Amino acid sequence: MGNILVMARRELGAYFLSPIAYVVLAIFLFTTGLAFGLGTFQPGEEASLRSLCQSWMVLILAIVLPILTMRLISEELRSGTIETLLTSPISESQVVLGKFLGALVFYVVLLATILLYPILLACFGPVDFKLLLCNLFGLFLMGALYIAVGLFFSACTKHQIVAILCSVVVLAIFSFASHYLATKVEIAWVRILLQHLSIQSHFHDFVRGLVDLNHVVFFVTTAVVFLFLAVKKLEMRRWQ
Amino acid sequence: MIRVQNLSKRYGSFLAVDNISFHVERGGVVGFLGPNGAGKTTTIRILTCYHPATQGTASIGGFDVFNQSMEVRRRIGYLPESAPLYPEMRSREYLKFRGKLRGLSASDLEKAIGRVTDRCWLGEFIDRPIGQLSKGMRQRVGLADAMLHEPDVLILDEPTIGLDPTQIRETRSLIKELGQRHTVLLSSHILSEVEQICSKAIIIAAGRIVASGSPQELRDQFLSKGRVIAEMRGPQVEVEKGVRSIAGVQKVDISADNGWVKLTVEAAPGRDIREDLFKLTSSNGWSLREIRREGATLEDFFVQVVAQQSIKRSRD
Repeated sequence: MGNILVMARRELGAYFLSPIAYVVLAIFLFTTGLAFGLGTFQPGEEASLRSLCQSWMVLILAIVLPILTMRLISEELRSGTIETLLTSPISESQVVLGKFLGALVFYVVLLATILLYPILLACFGPVDFKLLLCNLFGLFLMGALYIAVGLFFSACTKHQIVAILCSVVVLAIFSFASHYLATKVEIAWVRILLQHLSIQSHFHDFVRGLVDLNHVVFFVTTAVVFLFLAVKKLEMRRWQ
Repeated sequence: MIRVQNLSKRYGSFLAVDNISFHVERGGVVGFLGPNGAGKTTTIRILTCYHPATQGTASIGGFDVFNQSMEVRRRIGYLPESAPLYPEMRSREYLKFRGKLRGLSASDLEKAIGRVTDRCWLGEFIDRPIGQLSKGMRQRVGLADAMLHEPDVLILDEPTIGLDPTQIRETRSLIKELGQRHTVLLSSHILSEVEQICSKAIIIAAGRIVASGSPQELRDQFLSKGRVIAEMRGPQVEVEKGVRSIAGVQKVDISADNGWVKLTVEAAPGRDIREDLFKLTSSNGWSLREIRREGATLEDFFVQVVAQQSIKRSRD
């Protein structure tokens, strides 16, 4: 546990020592602000983050979080620091979990910035705080999955560009493509399969204010699978 | 302290390390010497638990590098060849991070950082971002990291590569000093470096150990095969006959040069025939203008064994 925290702190520090943290913060604030300003913060609209979460957040996170995760392991592989790291008394799983935790904490900071919007909304109408909490919980789970996927691709290559492209493409497929295809396909079992694979359809219940254990299990287990794969990928590197 | 037995490492079809065995006692600086691509880094990576071996075993301080890897990692300090560091961090932050990974407490860590800052002459550079440091300074930060937790064994892969002459001299004297408190395994392809700072050298070429011993032993081993070169004025046939009659002479090359007879004589190991040669010339009344033992350096030995090894390997 100690090593995981040490690793997480280093990663969190590294974000703020490089421009990444600021770039990601800027992109995130700009895009969510735009979506909120043009979509939700208008006369007659509902005083909730529902529309922001429903259409925008899935897209914004699928781009912003891979920027956050692309360097996590790729950079160590490219610069050779992986050698000093993995010859210190720390296991591969501690490295992966520490890096995951570091990125997750940064993501929580990002999420905290959107709390500004419900405060603004509360000035003009009643905000359903239970719904808001549910939305945020869904965003947290979805973000954790995105980070785990990004971390896995970062462990696969020493080129950050390759890592980010792979994660964005995979996240886009499972967030949008599978969701879209599910509405088009006629064959029942394929449709159900696509729905189950679609990150968006799992996320929608959270947007509606529903915490379904099914979806929680989906996000958590999928994230764990990707973290496990990242650990295995790092362990494999030793044998090459 | 370090024990390696029948170790092999294969990358695909390439055999990088071919069944090597050696052991290193506690204390002192041991040089791991070989040309580039000889398998030094591969062996070091096995010892530091970065790569597993294909065959054979290795242990450090009695702990197996594969089965008790965490125990080994706690006891070693490792400086990889390129001294990789995180450029965005300051040296002090980096050392703190590394110290915490090794489980040093906050107060120990503070002391340890002070100690390595002194010993590696980091001075004011300790608070600069690593990305702004020169190659030499970075090497020192890497070294500071390796000795932060006072490990039993320090493993340094080409620690002086890329440094300027002053830095090389400083680093060498530091390593020599470190040898008094730690067991240092140092890899190098520079022979004079090993000759200067190591109490023992292991020469590796094409994945095999070709010789090992103290620099003095290695030199003796080579010198024993030393040759004597002499030039004297006398009748060639008689000179040859006279030289061949000296006890222990094994091989004589003789050539005439403008009235002088030039001799290259190889004698039995450990036998110095210079005095006999002198007596031969003086008793015959021949004049002598040169007599010398061929100046063998460790360099010659190194070149010779390495060449033999690569010939052997290409024949295999």
